[in-house]
Parts: sequence; C-alpha cells; structure tokens
Amino acid sequence: MNLTLRIWRQTGPDAPGALTRYQVSGISPEMSFLEMLDTLNEELILTGEQPIAFDHDCREGICGACGMVINGQAHGPERTTTCQLHMRHFRDGDTIDVEPWRAAAFPVVKDLVVDRSAFDRIIGSGGYITAPTGSAPEAHATPVPKEAADLAFEHAECIGCGACVAACPNGSAMLFTAAKVVHLNALPQGAPERATRTRSMVATMDAEGFGGCTNTGECATACPKGIPLSGISLLNRDFLRRA
Amino acid sequence: MSNYLDYRLGADLADTRAPAGPIEGRWDQRRFDAKLVNPANRRGRTVIVVGTGLAGGAAGATLAEQGYHVVQFCFQDSPRRAHSIAAQGGINAAKNYRNDGDSVRRLFYDTVKGGDFRSRESNVHRLAQISVEIIDQCVAQGVPFAREYGGLLDTRSFGGVQVSRTFYARGQTGQQLLLGAYQALSRQIAAGSVQMHARTEMLDLVVIDGRARGIVARDLVTGRISTHLADAVVLATGGYGNVFYLSTNAKNSNTTAIWRAHRRGAYFANPCFTQIHPTCIPRSGDHQSKLTLMSESLRNDGRIWVPSAPGDTRPPAEIPEAERDYYLERTYPAFGNLVPRDIASRAAKTVCDEGRGVGPGGQGVYLDFADAIQRLGRAAVEAKYGNLFEMYQRITAEDPYRVPMRIYPAIHYTMGGLWVDYDLQTTLPGLFAIGEANFSDHGANRLGASALMQGLADGYFVLPATLNDYLARLPTAPVPADHPEIARVEGEVTDRLARLLAVDGDRTPDSFHRELGELLWDHCGMARSDAGLRKALARIPELRAEFWQRIRVPGTGEELNQSLEKANRLVDHLELAELMCLDALHRTESCGGHFRTESRTPDGEAARRDEEFSYAAAWEFTGPGSAPVLHREQLVFDHVHPTQRSYA
Ligand SMILES: Cc1cc2nc3c(=O)[nH]c(=O)nc-3n(C[C@H](O)[C@H](O)[C@H](O)COP(=O)(O)OP(=O)(O)OC[C@H]3O[C@@H](n4cnc5c(N)ncnc54)[C@H](O)[C@@H]3O)c2cc1C
Ligand code: SF4
Ligand code: FES
Repeated sequence: MNLTLRIWRQTGPDAPGALTRYQVSGISPEMSFLEMLDTLNEELILTGEQPIAFDHDCREGICGACGMVINGQAHGPERTTTCQLHMRHFRDGDTIDVEPWRAAAFPVVKDLVVDRSAFDRIIGSGGYITAPTGSAPEAHATPVPKEAADLAFEHAECIGCGACVAACPNGSAMLFTAAKVVHLNALPQGAPERATRTRSMVATMDAEGFGGCTNTGECATACPKGIPLSGISLLNRDFLRRA
Repeated sequence: MSNYLDYRLGADLADTRAPAGPIEGRWDQRRFDAKLVNPANRRGRTVIVVGTGLAGGAAGATLAEQGYHVVQFCFQDSPRRAHSIAAQGGINAAKNYRNDGDSVRRLFYDTVKGGDFRSRESNVHRLAQISVEIIDQCVAQGVPFAREYGGLLDTRSFGGVQVSRTFYARGQTGQQLLLGAYQALSRQIAAGSVQMHARTEMLDLVVIDGRARGIVARDLVTGRISTHLADAVVLATGGYGNVFYLSTNAKNSNTTAIWRAHRRGAYFANPCFTQIHPTCIPRSGDHQSKLTLMSESLRNDGRIWVPSAPGDTRPPAEIPEAERDYYLERTYPAFGNLVPRDIASRAAKTVCDEGRGVGPGGQGVYLDFADAIQRLGRAAVEAKYGNLFEMYQRITAEDPYRVPMRIYPAIHYTMGGLWVDYDLQTTLPGLFAIGEANFSDHGANRLGASALMQGLADGYFVLPATLNDYLARLPTAPVPADHPEIARVEGEVTDRLARLLAVDGDRTPDSFHRELGELLWDHCGMARSDAGLRKALARIPELRAEFWQRIRVPGTGEELNQSLEKANRLVDHLELAELMCLDALHRTESCGGHFRTESRTPDGEAARRDEEFSYAAAWEFTGPGSAPVLHREQLVFDHVHPTQRSYA
C-alpha cells in the first residue's frame, strides 16, 4: 500500500509543533502500525532526517508504553493498543493523521512521546496495599469470594496507557484512577486503607492538572483493555461514603 | 591482541558462600550468620538498584522498607512497564494446596532436572523453599490471582510436571505480579525512601578500590550524563535475548548494564545457555520487529504437522491426510506433540530446513485444531483457548478455528548472565545481580513459570538479607565527588556516544542489529556446530568493524535520541555475541537449550557429557576482541542424581 502520513513533529516540550507530511510506500497489510512507522524511520535516517520519536516496548499490548492519536482516535480505529493495530485496517491511498496524546497533564516530550509520570504519582498517593515484605499471613488465611476476585481482576487489567485521558474532552484521569481504586477496594486485603486510598488518589489526580469527570464515557470507549465505565461509579460511591 | 579463540583456563571458582550442612537448613544458617546493619544507620547507606522488573521492583521496595536509601533506574517512562509485565503463564510455588504430592523437595528436584544438571543445588533448594512465601506476599499486596468458587487460590500444571503448582492471573500473571511490586515501590517513592530515575539508562559501572561504588547514567530526555554513587550496586536489568534481534522480549531489553559490568570485572557465566520457545507466531516478512509468544498449553490439543513433500504449497485443507507428516507423533510416539520445548523447536527447524516449512518464507509448521474441534466441539475449544485464538487472529488475520495455526520457534529467555555466588554477589565486590540478569538457578534450561518465581525470590527475600550482611561487614568510606575514576568513566561514556554520532555512515542501527541476529540465529540458535560457530566467530569482528565505519545516527546527544540509544546498545550486543559463540564452541556437549550437533545419542537426541562439562563456565573479560579467561565452577550433585533424558 501507499499512504500519506501527517505526523506531529515537535522537537521539545517548549518548541512549537506541526503536522508534517510523509509518503510511505510498500506497506504490507501484515505490518503493525508501529512497524509501518519503523519503515518510515529507516528511510528518514538514511535521508539524514531525524526519525519520529514514539514510546513502545512490549509490542504485545500489555506494557502500555505505546499510544498515539490516529485519525482523531486514541490508539486508532480498533479497540486495541497502537502496537496491536495492523495496517490491514487501512486502505491503499489513505491519508492518516498521527498525533500525540493531548492533555494538560501529559506534556509533550518530543514528537509522539508524552510525559505520563502524573499516573505514577497518582498510584504513589494510595494505589497500593501496605504489606511490607515478610509480614504476610498465609495466602489461604483470607479466602476471597470469587465475585470480588473477578471484579478486582477486571479493573486490575489497566495498562496505564493514558488513552482514557487522551479521549476525554476534559482530559480527566477518572477511569485510570477508578481502575486502581476498584481493584484494591474490592479485596479484603485492601479494606483497611479503602477510605484514605480513595480520597488521596482523587486529590492527587486533581492536583496533577487532570480535568473533572462529566460522564461523557469517551474514556471507556477508547480503553484498549475494556475497563468498564461502571468503575467510576464505584469510585464515587467509595469517595462519597468515606468523605 | 591474542586470537579470541585461544582462551586461557583460570583458577576454578570455589567459594559459593553457601553454608555446609543439610541442604534444608542452609538458607536459615546463612541468614543467621549474616550481620545486620543497625536500623538507625541504614538511612545513611545508599543502594543503587538498576531495573524495575520483578527482581528490581521487589528489591527496591524491600530495601527501602528496611530503611536504606535506594536510588533506582529504568529506561522506560515508568517503572511499571518493565519487560516482566509481559509474562503470561504463571508462577510456581510448592504450596501443595492440591495435596497432589508436591513439596519443596519435589520443586527442587524438578528444577535441577529441568535445568539438565547445570545449576547449583544450594541455590535451587533455597528457591523452592522461598516459593511458598512469595505467594503469601503477593496475595497480601492484592495481586488478583485466579480463585475457585470457594475463594481459595486456583492452580494449574505447566510445562510437563506432574503436579499442579502454577499460580496464575488469567494470561497476565507477569503483569499482576509486577504491578504488585510497582505499587509497593511507588509507596516508597512517595515516601521519599526511593529516588526513582525513569527514562534513565545506566551506561557504565564505577569501580573504586576494587568495589562497585556507582554507575554512570544518561538521562534519555535531556541526554545529560551523570554519575550516581552508592555503597553497593544491584543489577536487575533482565536478559539478553534481544541480541538475536527477533525475540519475544520487549523491544528495548538489552545487555548494556551487565555487559558494561562484565567489562569492569564481573564474570559472565554460561552465555550460550539461551532458551527457544517452540510456539511463537512466525515472522510475516522482513519488516518483522518482534515475535509474539503463543502459550505452550496449545500443544495439549493441537496436532503439529507439515506436508510430506518439500515445496508443497497447496493450502492446508487441500493436503490429504496421507500426504501430511505429523512428525512429532511419528518420531516420539510416547510424548507426541508434548515433547519438551527444545526438542519440539529443533524438530520444527529440521522439517523447515528440509523445505517442508509452511507460510511466508517456509519458516513455519502447522498447529492444527481440526481434530480437537471434532472431538470436543468448538465450544469446548473456545472455552480453553478462546483468548489465544483471538490474539492469533488479530495478528495474522487468519481464523484458527478454520485454518491451522502457523507456529515457529523463537528466542525467549536467557539462562546465562552474570556469575553470582550464593549471596547473589558477582565476582566484583559490592555488585549484585538478580533476576534474569544473573546465571543462577535454571542451569541449561528454565522450566515454565520459574522465572517469575526466581525474580521475586531474589528481590523480596534473598538480596535484602545478603546485602545487609555485605553492608554490615564492609563499612564504606564516602567517595569524593572529584575522584579521578568518576571523570575517567564519564569520559569514556561520553566519548563512545560522540564517536557513534560522528561516523555518519550509510547504515541504520536496525540494519546491523538484524544482520547480527540472523548470524546468531543461524549458528548459535537451535542447533550449533563447530563449523557454524567458527563461521560466526570469524564474521562478528568484521561486522563490528563495519559497524564503526558505516553506522549512521542522526541528531545529537543532548536530546531524546532513540537511534543513539539503539546504536549504543548494539555496541554491547556485538561484543556479547562473540562470547556467546565462544562459550557454545567450547562446550562440546549438548545440554538443555544448548544443542551441539556433534554430541548426540545414537538415536539423535542431545547427549550430555558430565565427566567433562559438569561445571558453570564463568568468563573473565580481558579486552575487546581479546581472548577471555575461563573460570569453572564445578557442580556437585549430592541430592539429585544426574540422568540422561529420554522421550522416544
Ligand atoms: C512473552 C514472555 C512470556 C513469559 N512468560 C513467563 C511466565 O509465564 N512465567 C515465568 O516464570 N516467566 C515468564 N517469562 C520470563 C520472565 O518474564 C522474565 O524472565 C522476567 O520477567 C525477568 O524479570 P527481571 O526483573 O529479571 O527483568 P525485566 O523485567 O526484564 O526488567 C529489567 C529492568 O531493567 C531495566 N534496565 C535494563 N537495562 C537498564 C539500563 N542499562 N539502565 C537502566 N535500566 C535498565 C529496565 O528498564 C527494566 O526496568 C516470559 C517472558 C516473555 C518474553
Ligand atoms: S483505563 Fe484503559 S485507557 Fe485508561 S490507562 Fe487504563 S488501560 Fe489505558
Ligand atoms: S508497546 Fe506495549 S502496549 Fe504497545
């Protein structure tokens, strides 16, 4: 396939950025979106241009490193991560726009790379169970009802990619925060810290410059891991109950 | 400079610091003998931990809880994204919850045997003992393991063992375990006990008065080079499978940290012990950037075959039963499609080499579920493997319910790594290596679900105890910031980056990496021969020379520059590759993942040669391209008696 790409280029956090046009040819439908960008980058290096910077690591949809807005959609047209999106979902002659996550709390580092460290700080403010090494009781001492375990697991699947924030018109991190709050609050082990965890994580989220949640639901539509929107109501319930 | 192949034999490595006495009591004894650092004095002691995977994440969190000042590094943008996140299948522990006859002793026995008798008994026994504590620890942290309706933990069996001891969290066990460690680490970061440097890559080790005292690192965003000093340095930097370019490892996994440490004096053990996984999705073309693992469990119900005749390009449905070769069932009637990883992998290579491979480039074999679907019904197959079939279809656009899957072996794990003693200390005092970065515990072959166990055992339990002892016994004097060694190492790092940027040649880092990977795959991959290894050993130095003449790295060193990162890692891969081939050449036996075509039993299977090779090979660096010195650690088997494997 031959494609026209319009890719956001920005040399640094404070530099102005712009969409730049590139032509790529010989793209096979078997390629992943990132392999298509690899192909372009190989050409750019040889012509003396700087290759396009983007984050990636596992290329299996689990590390959460990759992420770009493709034709206006976070991670593109399929409900999966950018690394698991394949070129067979595009057609010969297409023009594709590629931009970084856009959110006040995720400043651009370079090209398609953004700074998502605010997510780490949200987790650090309560997204854990205090269990110092060596002090744990025998694993079977506290059975966990299967429904609680399943609810926890469903939310624990979040990969921290940030698509929810990028898709949200307000740039809110509610779905990400709810995913961790529900995972831990659903478990008996997480109960003692439930109140402080919920309040503290929400406070950090606000302080990091994420927007408020107005229930548009765009986050859950964009989420490659299917974190349910209902998680946000569960977070709100815990937040109000304990406030 | 001496000829690289003329390596010398140095003194054997004797001291493993494992206490004598009954094997069951050795770890208790070692902990009792360990000196403790007074808690009040710990805050003043700094420990550098490089890596935030299972091993590093667990170690950083635990050392900080103990009161040490931890300075930690990873090259990803967040510690949560370390390669461990991708592990799928599960983690072993000798809990015996099923009452199916499992025990610490059985896990110990299985691991030593699975490693084909090339690991150290004391370490493996300790690993089996600690395995039970790991599960307790992770449950307390909120790791959502699979559970049964009664609320208790579920387990499954894995990798051909006879007991059900693998704990799992759907197909995302690594993710959930890593998030547990990451969350514990995040708590310590927020508390100020861990100073975390993400997007920062260690590029060299600082050794002062014979002890590891710090690292030189590059901030990957600004390009700034700086030195970080400490009382001890821990490397938890993962494996080196990416030396092959195509592997199941995360794209940025690399050998730089352990290779630079090797160059500064730490011995590198068993570099040729690499593991190949038989069931990966084959490459679809030259653009392929990495390979994806399909769980081994598929071999329980899928039948593996290729066309009987070479060059048969008919679609699989048009190939009649009589013209198909179910080669595993034919050659290994007793085990059939369930032969161990290495045997299944080599058999696939053999049929493809005969021109009977399928799919693009003939590098694939069929894994066919038609019989299983007929026998069990589609619904049952879907319930068992639905998510895997979906993943396969997303990547290949083929429906495995209708068309047989295509699979091919791929590099998956590296058993080799920095040599460590029982305390997980390398041959360089003050430098410790944990997780996949060290060579311990798995011998010549790792069993499924044992890497996660080892990473967490090292990080949560072993290292915190032994490091304490090191720090208590050897109070370190602060290193002055203007120590000449710091400027020297920083200078070397800066020079190398400047040289890479200056060549301005006509080949990209990836083009060299692919070439190196193919060379290794051909000659130091699934099957290794004297002639092939010599060919690779002749080619690698040429490739290195060409690299330094033709590499092209655009941009500067003072910015986020991913080409520079790649090229700089490749320099180390190009050196490591040579040592891997030499190690493979010197070990003229077959064992575990290392198959020498010259060393076979009369029926063609791998033949171990215990009289000559019952040792771990630890190599000492003597200079780039210069012959290394071999130090052997003789392995003694008092508890598990070495036997030859047979699957026919
Ligand atoms: C697809 C796949 C599936 C697997 N499934 C299983 C399974 O089911 N069960 C099992 O037991 N094992 C499994 N394994 C193996 C297991 O995942 C790994 O062996 C293990 O996770 C390694 O953990 P680690 O902590 O040693 O290193 P890693 O997780 O690789 O972490 C390395 C860390 O070091 C950092 N780092 C490296 N170099 C530098 C540097 N120079 N400077 C700064 N930071 C650096 C990285 O940023 C990272 O944080 C699987 C492996 C793969 C590839
Ligand atoms: S909630 Fe979904 S979209 Fe948001 S970070 Fe987690 S996985 Fe990504
Ligand atoms: S690269 Fe890991 S999720 Fe895409």
